[in-house]
Amino acid sequence: MHPADRYAELVEDPTAFRNACDRPLPSVVRVNTLRATPRDVINVLEASDVRVTQRDWSPNVLEVSTDEPGNSWPYVLGWMHGQEEVSQVPAIVLDPQPGDRILDMAAAPGGKATQLAARQDGDGLVVANDVNLGRLASLRTNGERLGITNLAVTRQDGRVFSVGPFDFEQFDRVLVDAPCSGEGTIRKNPDVQEGVSEGSREHLATLQEGLLRRAVELTVPSGVVVYGTCTFAPEENEAVVSRILATEDCTIERADLALEHRPGVTRWQGSEFDPRVERAQRFYPHETDSGGFFCAKLRVGA
Amino acid sequence: MADQPGTRFDRVPANPVDRAHEDQPTRREVLSFFFDRYGIDRSVFGEYTFWERGKGKIWAFRGTAPTPIAVEGLGLTLLRTGGRHWKPTTNAIQTFGFHATRNVIELREAAARAYWAGEDQEIEWDGDWGYLVVSCRLHEKPTALGVGLYINGELRSVVPKSRQRDVLVLDRDD
Repeated sequence: MHPADRYAELVEDPTAFRNACDRPLPSVVRVNTLRATPRDVINVLEASDVRVTQRDWSPNVLEVSTDEPGNSWPYVLGWMHGQEEVSQVPAIVLDPQPGDRILDMAAAPGGKATQLAARQDGDGLVVANDVNLGRLASLRTNGERLGITNLAVTRQDGRVFSVGPFDFEQFDRVLVDAPCSGEGTIRKNPDVQEGVSEGSREHLATLQEGLLRRAVELTVPSGVVVYGTCTFAPEENEAVVSRILATEDCTIERADLALEHRPGVTRWQGSEFDPRVERAQRFYPHETDSGGFFCAKLRVGA
Repeated sequence: MADQPGTRFDRVPANPVDRAHEDQPTRREVLSFFFDRYGIDRSVFGEYTFWERGKGKIWAFRGTAPTPIAVEGLGLTLLRTGGRHWKPTTNAIQTFGFHATRNVIELREAAARAYWAGEDQEIEWDGDWGYLVVSCRLHEKPTALGVGLYINGELRSVVPKSRQRDVLVLDRDD
């Protein structure tokens, strides 16, 4: 089923939603502030006849008038990284501070992990984990090109992630950018139109819950866990967060973000969720001219 | 996974007596290499520890960790110490090359593009032969692009094949 049909009841303007889902995504990059300022990137791209538009809500989010930003000096020099606008949201919501120990539980190909390190100004530790060996190669390559020196790469099943290799027990902040049905990426991957079976959605939700539960366990008291997916499916979003709120010592907070969004939904197809999931954030293609995204900020109990 | 070869990182020791194998460099030797060859001050690496993964492959990690450690990556590949001449990596020069004061060859943008496309070029240079920092002013921003090997009147591009590109022309700078 086309995502625009499955989720029509969640949006105010189903026609605009469907039309946006069928348009290609704008080409968006993130400025790697470890290497360059937005002004540096804009100057050099514009000198190469690439038009650049800075997005209002973050100076580091640039829309560029080329489908191949990789063939430019700012890319090969690691001044920027091709990263969709909404996929820049969760690292901003996690709000890493210099010195923090951070885990990115499903990190490949590394856009968000490298963004986290840049937001710490390279000061602290980012453990970028992924279970998939093939995807780890792209994670390492991106880390190298972007000059991330406080990154440790691990390969574990996040559901049973162990701090074994390191000399500490818990992280200050954990990002769970969970594997999902990916319906929010329809503008990039039109194959998503075919949808996923109910069986695989159930399987994904179990995996997502396992990852999020382990993330909460791995986080220090008063620490932050951000859960994100690129799907509109409440089964993979609010339902997962709702179950964690019910069983783990944590709560959900509203994130402060200037990018337009909608609250989490509290009911879907006969299920009711913890009313606090309304504090989560939903991003829709027709409202932000982006992909779709879901993001929830959890605060671990003190 | 932890016992697979290739995931073990050994910290580069401060003292020669703590070397894991006889060819392993010490921290002092790594710092001296960057200072002697490129004038990069030792303090630039003050917050970094150096690690070896496989013989002669040195990584730089901002922070500390237990040694040895079994992970898939720890910081940034910095240096190859295997051959007769130590070779810094492209990524290391892009990260730390900004601090270099010696053995830096500055190219015009057109030559920089040729360099990044993997071309060897005849260029005059009256300094040392060997691995140089290749730099360029991109829209007035001085930028370390990577490593070049200067031998006998020629600057050889050693940009890794997977990284080589035909980069878009910077019109206004030429």
